[in-house]
Amino acid sequence: MSITIQPAVRVETKRQPLPPRERLERIFNIDGVDALYGGKPAIKDVTMDVYKNLVTAIIGPSGCGKSTFIRCLNRMNDLIPGFTLTGTIRYHGQDITGNDVDPVAVRRHIGMVFQRPNPFPKSIYDNVAWGLKVLGMKDGLADRVERALTQAALWDEVKDRLKASALSLSGGQQQRLCIARAIAVEPDVVLMDEPASALDPIATAAIEQLMTDLKGEYTFVIVTHNMQQAARVADMTAFFSISRGDEGERYGELVEYDATQKMFTAPSDTRTEDYVTGRFG
Amino acid sequence: MSTHGITRADMHAVNLPRRRALNRLMEVLAWLAAAVAIGFLVLIVWSVARKGASELNLALITKTPATGFFTSGSGGLANAFAGTLVIVGIATLMALPTGILVALYLTEFAPPSVRNIVSLSLDVLNGVPAIVIGIFVYGLFVLGHGQSGYAASFALACIMLPLVARSTIEVLLLVPRALREASLALGVARWRTTLSIVLPQTIGGIITGTVLAVARVAGETAPLLFTSSLVGTQVHWNPHHALQTVPVAIFELSESADPQDHARAWAAALVLLLFILLTSLTARWLATRNRSKLSASR
Ligand SMILES: Nc1ncnc2c1ncn2[C@@H]1O[C@H](COP(=O)(O)OP(=O)(O)OP(=O)(O)O)[C@@H](O)[C@H]1O
Ligand SMILES: [Mg+2]
Repeated sequence: MSITIQPAVRVETKRQPLPPRERLERIFNIDGVDALYGGKPAIKDVTMDVYKNLVTAIIGPSGCGKSTFIRCLNRMNDLIPGFTLTGTIRYHGQDITGNDVDPVAVRRHIGMVFQRPNPFPKSIYDNVAWGLKVLGMKDGLADRVERALTQAALWDEVKDRLKASALSLSGGQQQRLCIARAIAVEPDVVLMDEPASALDPIATAAIEQLMTDLKGEYTFVIVTHNMQQAARVADMTAFFSISRGDEGERYGELVEYDATQKMFTAPSDTRTEDYVTGRFG
Repeated sequence: MSTHGITRADMHAVNLPRRRALNRLMEVLAWLAAAVAIGFLVLIVWSVARKGASELNLALITKTPATGFFTSGSGGLANAFAGTLVIVGIATLMALPTGILVALYLTEFAPPSVRNIVSLSLDVLNGVPAIVIGIFVYGLFVLGHGQSGYAASFALACIMLPLVARSTIEVLLLVPRALREASLALGVARWRTTLSIVLPQTIGGIITGTVLAVARVAGETAPLLFTSSLVGTQVHWNPHHALQTVPVAIFELSESADPQDHARAWAAALVLLLFILLTSLTARWLATRNRSKLSASR
């Protein structure tokens, strides 16, 4: 059956085509992952690979487990009492889910930017510099701070008031500061959980631009509610949806994962199609 | 009934006068209760001040008692003020770090089951009468070793610990989880996050709690009777020995036959009262300042 679908979102067509999948380096191999809160599954049986130096978007309805999933990738859920995970998540071939793995070391390589900006109550400069100092990256500290702020498209706005409190910045500036803080410590992967949900279109565009500019150096995984955003920045898109188990319990599962272009123009699952055409719910 | 929300009838409800009267009555009752509380405080301060005024002078804190307590009454209570300073100071040094560590363990590291047990223990400890703590410390340190300033400090520290821990826990819980996650997501260790990011947010609250605890124990008498009451009249600073303290001195002077001793007890009580009042006000001031700072950082 071949029907032409009308996606709710126009996908940029000038995008460079992705190289064949097998030529891409895999940074995460996620295999059969179930994530449970207090024994209740939030996501079930997620299997997918995340490719190096691409932007991967996670989309799906509210409550389908996007945040849960992305927080599994840097062991952030460890902080939640009663959280358990089964299955394997291999990062550069190494399983990072085990009890013998040091979550601090994992997070050292896999940074995160949160939905709500959460700068430290320190100066703008110290927000970026503190992590560097604590992690022993003290050589050329000022240069590193400047570089990170420049990469996060914030330098010009703050260069004259680096000593001012980070809390005096606008929400969008704070979020870009958080991005600068995350990339300053030179992680390998940057996870972003709806980084633009509280931002205006200009700040959102700045963040999208920086992902496009920096993906040669980093690998981005971004959760977003905004399908236009996924279509604009992501090379690969994963669609999560809510399913019901035998006893009517709700859990999230990965429905489809493919190149963004394909996801938005010719998805193979009708649920994806319904979602991207806006027919969902 | 109209379907468009509020109607004229709603706004001019028949029972409006009754509701207004009830409101007014509750207001008056609340006001009266507050007035009674303040009234008592004023009454206490005023009567203490009136009875102690004749002996309230610099000599009270600079001179030692001229002779034994039960004979004549010139001189001051310098030995008692010095002893209270030493004993409360050491008690604070004991209770402050312990209280902070307990609070940190409870909020940052303890699994929920342990948290409940420790939390309950703090509440119980907070409710233990001071005299029971006095007897406990007496049995622990004083029997066989004799009284000492250290024993007294330890007893007071037992009273301070739950107060310091509770107020520290309260401010720790106010620190947003997002702030902890921000640091952890950088790959910073848990202990480092706690020390460098979480704890600095709570300094104001910890100081407030400590000041309140100091105010509370500075006037404690019962535990000191067991641990540091067999004293001479000279100023001592060495906590290896029993030290005179203000509350115990007040207690002893009040049992004296000499009316001038009574006046001196009242004067000492006034100084103690003013000290407690002042520290409580400082604590209150610090607390408001800290709270506004914390809510600004959210
Ligand atoms: N700390 C928690 N404790 C218990 N259950 C949780 C917790 N966090 C999330 N859940 C549950 O897990 C499921 C997935 O939540 P999650 O936050 O991952 O969804 P999401 O896709 O990120 O939603 P949104 O788009 O609204 O952010 C939900 O049913 C939620 O109730
Ligand atoms: Mg979410």
